Amino acid sequence: MATLDLKRKLAILSDAAKYDASCASSGGTKRDSLGGKGVGSVDGGMGICHAYAPDGRCISLLKILLTNFCVYDCAYCVNRVSSNTQRARFSVDEVCDLTIGFYKRNYIEGLFLSSGIIRSADYTMEEMVRVARTLREVHDFRGYIHLKVIPEAAPRLVNQAALYADRVSINVELPRDASLAALAPEKDAGGIRKAMGAVRLGVDAGQEKGRKARPPKYAPAGQSTQMIVGADDAPDGEILKRSERLYGAYKLKRVYYSAFSPIPDSTARLPLARPPLVREHRLYQADWLMRFYGFDRAEIIGETEDLELAIDPKLAWALRNRGDFPLDLNTAERERMLRVPGLGVRSVDKMIEVRRFKALRLEDVKRLTRGIEKLKPFIVTADWTPGALTDAADLRERVTPPPQQQSLF
Amino acid sequence: MPTIRLASETDVAGWRQAARALRAGQVAPEETLWTVDGAGGDLFGEAGPILPAGRLAADGPAFTVPRDFVELADRVILHRSDERFVLLYRMLWRLAREPHLMRLHSDPDVQKAQHFARAVSQAAHKMKAFVRFRLVTGPDGEEYYVAWFEPAHRVAEVTAPFFARRFASMHFSILTPDACVHWDTQVLAVLPGADPADAPSEDSLEDYWRTYYASIFNPARLKVGAMMKEMPKRYWRNLPEARLIPDLIAQAEARTTTMVRQTPSTPSRRVVAAVHRTLRDAPFDGQGMRSLEEVQVAVQECRRCDLHCDATQGVTGEGPAQARLMLVGEQPGDQEDLAGRPFVGPAGQMLDRALIEAGIARDRAFVTNAVKHFKHELRGKRRIHQTPGAGEVTACRWWLDAERRLIRPRVIVAMGATAALSVFGKPVAIGASRQQALPLPNQAQGVVTYHPAYLLRLPDAQAAAKAYAAFVADLKFAAGLAA
Repeated sequence: MATLDLKRKLAILSDAAKYDASCASSGGTKRDSLGGKGVGSVDGGMGICHAYAPDGRCISLLKILLTNFCVYDCAYCVNRVSSNTQRARFSVDEVCDLTIGFYKRNYIEGLFLSSGIIRSADYTMEEMVRVARTLREVHDFRGYIHLKVIPEAAPRLVNQAALYADRVSINVELPRDASLAALAPEKDAGGIRKAMGAVRLGVDAGQEKGRKARPPKYAPAGQSTQMIVGADDAPDGEILKRSERLYGAYKLKRVYYSAFSPIPDSTARLPLARPPLVREHRLYQADWLMRFYGFDRAEIIGETEDLELAIDPKLAWALRNRGDFPLDLNTAERERMLRVPGLGVRSVDKMIEVRRFKALRLEDVKRLTRGIEKLKPFIVTADWTPGALTDAADLRERVTPPPQQQSLF
Repeated sequence: MPTIRLASETDVAGWRQAARALRAGQVAPEETLWTVDGAGGDLFGEAGPILPAGRLAADGPAFTVPRDFVELADRVILHRSDERFVLLYRMLWRLAREPHLMRLHSDPDVQKAQHFARAVSQAAHKMKAFVRFRLVTGPDGEEYYVAWFEPAHRVAEVTAPFFARRFASMHFSILTPDACVHWDTQVLAVLPGADPADAPSEDSLEDYWRTYYASIFNPARLKVGAMMKEMPKRYWRNLPEARLIPDLIAQAEARTTTMVRQTPSTPSRRVVAAVHRTLRDAPFDGQGMRSLEEVQVAVQECRRCDLHCDATQGVTGEGPAQARLMLVGEQPGDQEDLAGRPFVGPAGQMLDRALIEAGIARDRAFVTNAVKHFKHELRGKRRIHQTPGAGEVTACRWWLDAERRLIRPRVIVAMGATAALSVFGKPVAIGASRQQALPLPNQAQGVVTYHPAYLLRLPDAQAAAKAYAAFVADLKFAAGLAA
């Protein structure tokens, strides 16, 4: 085989990595490069997106595979052994040099390294750990590192990965264990959960307070996972139920939903139609409601149902629960205000401060939110009450946004 | 009408000094005009004294303002709006009569100032994101990293320390129209604004960066609006990757269509053969368990009841295969489910303590559970233990029986009602049956006692101490039978 030049390898191995939705550089221990011989800092907060691709996704990390050679045959993956895609493999030094070179030019926050499985899970995981160790120990790199964990790898290697990385992730891939068995014959849902359980125990131990000998930082930015939406028949309710359980069991920072995307060199085992991108968006909104707005999954959606695509899940909930509205913004509790469609955490907290000093009027609410018209049916202020509007038969039509056309450029 | 002249566009100290003096002198905001040195005086050409801000001295009584106003003002001054000085002075003026002004987020002045401050913070954030360094090599091989950047607001100076912390070991310069910052690995220097021509025009790695940018883009999910919102066009001319955008968008649809139209490929014969070989040579899964290791592996595939769906893994027993004493609990808890080992959580610690007191070495007993998967319900984000039902206990007995058959213990201690149900195959009243040797098949004897988790749940300290003593006594009793 002819040797590929570095640029060609980069093209192949970043193209192969793009189906992973996560690119976050959030969390991590606050640190900088002062006094060190390398570069790198982590603010510990929300992370930085250094660019955006025309697919609207943030580019924060150098997201690449160490290699796209793979012995597995997962139907949804462009790198499966039976695909005829072009193969390449980086050396450890090539990955380190690219990471440092990009970082010094301020293109990235760090590295997100994943890999196809070569030889064995252990061998591959060991190579990935070697990259992280070289970056940390040889280059004194203090930027962000996210490592994809291969669930079949030995726990010892998973632990090492978590000690060098800010975040580790293990993809559950598909919402149903049965679909995973069908589409990814070499993967095992139980093994994936076991690995996530081990990571959670490590993260917990690292955060334990009052321990004399504090263990070294273990994946301080926690763990995340990704589920592919639309490659099997699982409805949104089932997907969210799975997420709810994953958050509960493994304290995940994020579950990423990735609408099944057509891949080059597809296989006949996959559905032909791809799900609308808005489905993925609605899942994120529902996930957000569960994590930050105090909603239970069961309130948002039944297990066998799909989320509505035309309106967001909070509005859909409010339309189903009109008895809870209108809500008097001058007296309501914070928890209930967060349930008003169109009110976010920031607006609600500001209103609560303002109303200590003056009664909220419609103009106040207008200044603190985006768009008052959609809110009006659900709220009462000092100078406004919706009357019969809340129960109007055509309320849904009034508050449903017109379908948006894809913006041409 | 006095015109107050500040030393520079970002003269925070000058603004503060002037504002303090003006408010002390009871000068209303409507009566002030603000300008900046070199900006050409008063825009409206009105006559009036021009006062350099630095020379205004407060002669009235000192006053305090809320801390968050000062923090807000520091940011708002960096905004490019000409209105910012008078807006801030108006707020300062109003604060004298309205001490809660900063809390009135819906007040037009407050809202506008917050809006400005947010724009400034965003500009600083975008500067951290969109500065692109280019490498310049000096005559002796020393490396300098230089960037040209046009921030939306005057944030170069306040954002510079971020770059110094991040690139501590690099010599770098960030040139902007407002100010230039230089870092020599020790000291951060701020100099006046520069011209784009002063910055290098290329870097050998930019081609690699563009390669990455183009490859990481997924043409099947075009979302131009989302990109434009976060990466506004005003930044594009200084982003080396931005020149690719129009073509990437233009070709996206065609690329996707081609991709979808392609018929699924046929894998190569070599690969198909390899997969078949693996399947053929895979080990045969027999039915009977011949070792505890086999039990441990096989339980992962158990579908005898539904508990496997939400559990991490099946947790089998732990201990020597020749153990004389077998301790059976109810089921794994949260920690056991994650770790894959029995009795490692809080109940396990309670058990360990009692075993020591009863003179039993835990590693000489076989410790296991009646049910191998963690039954729980979600409350918020926590997994709360649920008692397994009789159906689940019966389904799981198959596994406990396998462990019993392989170990052949002399004594089996059933801890709690669930364990007793599984061990004896019928409900047993724990309180009434303690301290008795109950007959079991295979010459084994059974003992019942409380579950250690029960001891943890007793709210009354006296009752807990009593139950704990009974628990230790039962363990001793069992150890005596097994000896």
